[in-house]
Amino acid sequence: MSEKEIKSLEEIFEARIARDEKIEPKDWMPEKYRKTHIRQISQHAHSEIVGMLPEGNWITRAPSLRRKAALLAKVQDEAGHGLYLYAACETLGVSRDELFEQLHSGKAKYSSIFNYPTITWADMGAIGWLVDGAAIINQVPLCNTSFGPYARAMVRVCKEESFHQRQGFEIMLKLCNGTPEQKEMAQDALNRWWWPSLMMLGPTDAESIHTEQSMKWKLKRKTNDELRQQFIDQTVPQADVLGLTIPDPDLKWNEETGHYDFGEIDWDEFWQVVKGHGPCNKKRMKDRVSAWENGAWVRDAAMAYAEKQENKKVAKAS
Amino acid sequence: MNNKDLYNYILGIADNSLILGQRLGELCGHGPTLETDIAGTNISLDLIGQTRSYYQYAAKIQGEGKSEDDIAFLRLERDYKNVLLVEQPNTHFGYVMGRQYLFDVYHLLLMQGLANSADETLAAIAKKGIKEVSYHKRFSGDWVKRLGDGTEESNEKMQEAIDDLWTYTDELFDLTESDEKMISEGIGVDASAFKNQYYDEVTALLKEANLQVPEGKYFIRGGKKGVHSEHMGYLLADLQYMQRTYPNMEW
Repeated sequence: MSEKEIKSLEEIFEARIARDEKIEPKDWMPEKYRKTHIRQISQHAHSEIVGMLPEGNWITRAPSLRRKAALLAKVQDEAGHGLYLYAACETLGVSRDELFEQLHSGKAKYSSIFNYPTITWADMGAIGWLVDGAAIINQVPLCNTSFGPYARAMVRVCKEESFHQRQGFEIMLKLCNGTPEQKEMAQDALNRWWWPSLMMLGPTDAESIHTEQSMKWKLKRKTNDELRQQFIDQTVPQADVLGLTIPDPDLKWNEETGHYDFGEIDWDEFWQVVKGHGPCNKKRMKDRVSAWENGAWVRDAAMAYAEKQENKKVAKAS
Repeated sequence: MNNKDLYNYILGIADNSLILGQRLGELCGHGPTLETDIAGTNISLDLIGQTRSYYQYAAKIQGEGKSEDDIAFLRLERDYKNVLLVEQPNTHFGYVMGRQYLFDVYHLLLMQGLANSADETLAAIAKKGIKEVSYHKRFSGDWVKRLGDGTEESNEKMQEAIDDLWTYTDELFDLTESDEKMISEGIGVDASAFKNQYYDEVTALLKEANLQVPEGKYFIRGGKKGVHSEHMGYLLADLQYMQRTYPNMEW
């Protein structure tokens, strides 16, 4: 294909996106579009499956049978999200095994928030309320993104995430209406998860390298800073309902802007965790890699068995 | 207590679901594939759901104002009446599937009997459970076949698991005093009556899976009397941690 031809294909492609048409896997797409989508969708899928670990950590210790069942269901939902996001990614011509390889080698990223430890039951509440809350703010606009399989996956993901978020808030509410010990547990969880949740919405606009292109392809509708502000504005009144204090002495309602002003985010901490040196980065990867390696004989067996069955069928037919 | 035998009978069934559900819950996020992770979590969720129905009913029968959580979390080890099979650890995926299958075959036969119980509540729980447990058995049975008839390595591992777990199967058919009382009233199921059917079914699948049926004649029992393996204390330490550390709170 000549450069001129490619250029005209690109123009048609961009025009389709501008008209809000969905791009489907078999459609022509610029290589950069394909790569960017593989990167973003797989990163999202990895976040779902690594995200199973900090919450899975509390399944055996959930304080009631009702909570145990709800947590099991939640972690199962996350595995399900991972599954169909990997499937959406596979439509772009990359296999799940390759994507796992990228995760395990450290080449692919996942949401940094999961590199923080879950040390009390209240962390199950805080993750649902804050982490899923921030995730929803990130993800709702993706239900209208240009790549069809991703947009459709996100419709389901968002529905389930908003259920998780309410469930997390409800865990917090129960703690806050409980004994002083329980309320203290809730406050402590908020103290630890607040700032990492703000960081989850990504670096400031000035530092964000992917924003412009992503906006054009509707992989992004608002900038990181806009999303962060939206998250804060939405969450502060919820903390008030709980009777908890947001751990930010500079947090203040600003009549003029109609938004909350907030304190400086510790970006050194953000980059430390992103670069692999957070409290649980190594443990999370070790858990994923050992699950994969310990499961190799099982996957091999399944392949061998399937082949034997196939051969038997062929032998019978002939 | 209004009906101690009925209470004991319910716990004898429910504790198996609780402890196996708890064991499976340990694996969440650590399975060999995403699909097996989802299925394992799903089975755990079914079992915990069944447990809740049984304990809610048991609490009512007991009539002391206790809750499902009191029964689940606040008993001493000797008061849990699950069979030894379900508390065995997740040594590797072969053990997980082997344990599941050896239990599921029994569990389904039990549910099918219980669906005809003279006790309407138990019959209703069992009817709902049949659908779930049929799926569990299909899943675990398929995996025993895959691993048994997969590679040389998987065959060895699956055989190792079956050999180890086999010794806990006979206990499934022991009848406690409460079991016998409930059977005589048409409420309980006589598990000893389907023992042969159980071993026939399991044997057939093991053979199909290219596995040796263990010939051991020695069996270990004790769970039904509350005498558990050394694994049980650790499992309960996790299970009971929150309720023991923060007593009398709502979650």
